[in-house]
Amino acid sequence: MTTSRAAWLFITPALIILGLFFLLPVVAALVLSVTDYDLYALADIRNLRFVALENYWTLLQRPLFWSALGHTVYFVVVGVPLSLMASLGAAMLLNSPLARFKPFFRTALFAPVVTTVVAVAVIWRYLFNTKYGLVNYVFDAIGIPTVDWLGDPNWAMPTIILFAVWKNFGYNMIIFMAGLQAIPGDLYEAARIDGASAFAQFRHITLPMLKPTMVMVSILTVSGYFQLFAEPYVMTEGGPLQSTTSVLYLMYEEGFKWWNLGSASAVAFILFVIMFVVTAAMLRLSKRGEPA
Amino acid sequence: MSPRVAKALINGLLIGAAVIAIAPLLYMVSVSFMPQGQASSLPPPVLPKNATLDNYRQLFMNAGMGRYLFNSLLISTAITLISLAFNLMAGYAFAKLEFRGRQRIFQVLLGALVIPAQVAMLPLFLLLKYMGLVNTYGAVIVPALATIFGIFLVRQYASGIPDDLMEAARIDGAGEFRIFATIVMPLLKPIMVTLAIFTFLAAWNDFMWPLIALTGQEHYTLPIALASLSREHVQDSELMMAGSVVTILPVLVLFLALQRYYLEGLLLGSVKG
Repeated sequence: MTTSRAAWLFITPALIILGLFFLLPVVAALVLSVTDYDLYALADIRNLRFVALENYWTLLQRPLFWSALGHTVYFVVVGVPLSLMASLGAAMLLNSPLARFKPFFRTALFAPVVTTVVAVAVIWRYLFNTKYGLVNYVFDAIGIPTVDWLGDPNWAMPTIILFAVWKNFGYNMIIFMAGLQAIPGDLYEAARIDGASAFAQFRHITLPMLKPTMVMVSILTVSGYFQLFAEPYVMTEGGPLQSTTSVLYLMYEEGFKWWNLGSASAVAFILFVIMFVVTAAMLRLSKRGEPA
Repeated sequence: MSPRVAKALINGLLIGAAVIAIAPLLYMVSVSFMPQGQASSLPPPVLPKNATLDNYRQLFMNAGMGRYLFNSLLISTAITLISLAFNLMAGYAFAKLEFRGRQRIFQVLLGALVIPAQVAMLPLFLLLKYMGLVNTYGAVIVPALATIFGIFLVRQYASGIPDDLMEAARIDGAGEFRIFATIVMPLLKPIMVTLAIFTFLAAWNDFMWPLIALTGQEHYTLPIALASLSREHVQDSELMMAGSVVTILPVLVLFLALQRYYLEGLLLGSVKG
């Protein structure tokens, strides 16, 4: 058997799976989004009609779509910087020559990453319970006014953001640690000799040297955070007053609760386009001022 | 700042961060042993009074937790074993075997990485429905049997294998499958462990797709069962914490046992592009 024949046999199983269960459905989603596929079409495909861009047009006129997009953007714009700051802060602490028991701390800080979202969301729902939660109890004890964390439309999303930061910061922490270790020590040495403060060293050595890592991590985190779903599903069911309904939550309800698969596909595609444009713009911006 | 103060500050902050990371998990374990109702008393108890295994008993006897645990184990194991085989073969072929279209196909796969999985979910549901797979284990297992990330990871790693090894075997008349099984696979062992633990954790923790594809309770995985239970039993915090322990413990133990491989894979996988 020739090498190239063998190669095809080696890649065929994976290509069939990816082609049939991923790439084909992606193309089909585009087709679906210009039809009125709903419960009637699900029962009998002859009820299916081509509606061109009507799904998209209708969506753009629905207040719920805009509010879902707004909540998702809120989650990304506030959640990503907070997550990255927590990750970088933890990485710098762990990377410090003064830190002790590093393997222990690394494992402890990373542990939330491997846990199951649903299960830890259940824990947080209890911790942040208005009446019996430990958080409000502590707040009350030290004299801070308590908050109806998941029941107040103004606080539900911040609580979910806090949860996401706690759950995810360990992942980027590991990547930042690798980035920090790659910075040559003599740069800091030279800066110290010149009398640069710790903050000046951070600003003029650490941050510029970490830029490639930072760009990659930001882009991956932004696209991950746009896919907000499980947290509101478990913690708030999209409420209160739909204040935590994300774009994917809307897609899920539209598609699998109301069976408007055409319109739900349009939601999915709009999210995809937004994610693509945002991450491409981030990549573009990060390259500005660099030699081509 | 004197070195001593700096040292105290850094280690103090690390302890604080570790407490924040770990305390909710420890608290979960503690509450899971509380008798029913104790978690909803004031002040919130930190440790259980009259610790009991009742919550676990109720979960396994009345709430079908054993079934969900079995489903999760079955689905995650099947996905891990089969996708490992498929991804290894494909990743190796893309790295080391010459064939027409190799570059182009790989480019298409890499490009597809930017498409979020959720875009495919609606048509995938219809496809599986027509195939009769909705609400079977297959609905969750089959679409996960190959991943672009896995192929990419193996390709990265396999590129480091010297071509001479395979050439020598070919001259000796060994077939490509024999070369793969006897020469390549042993060399890929570290990446196999890494990819296996990544895949298992991802399959175990997956939520959105199983939620869509598994419509009947008898096929629920732990996360789906837990989400559904937590909607029914909003007030039963003790029971829910026990359910969370059962869901989290297996993956946490797996991670602790194999964390070196997991963290290496995380770094390998993140140096894309």
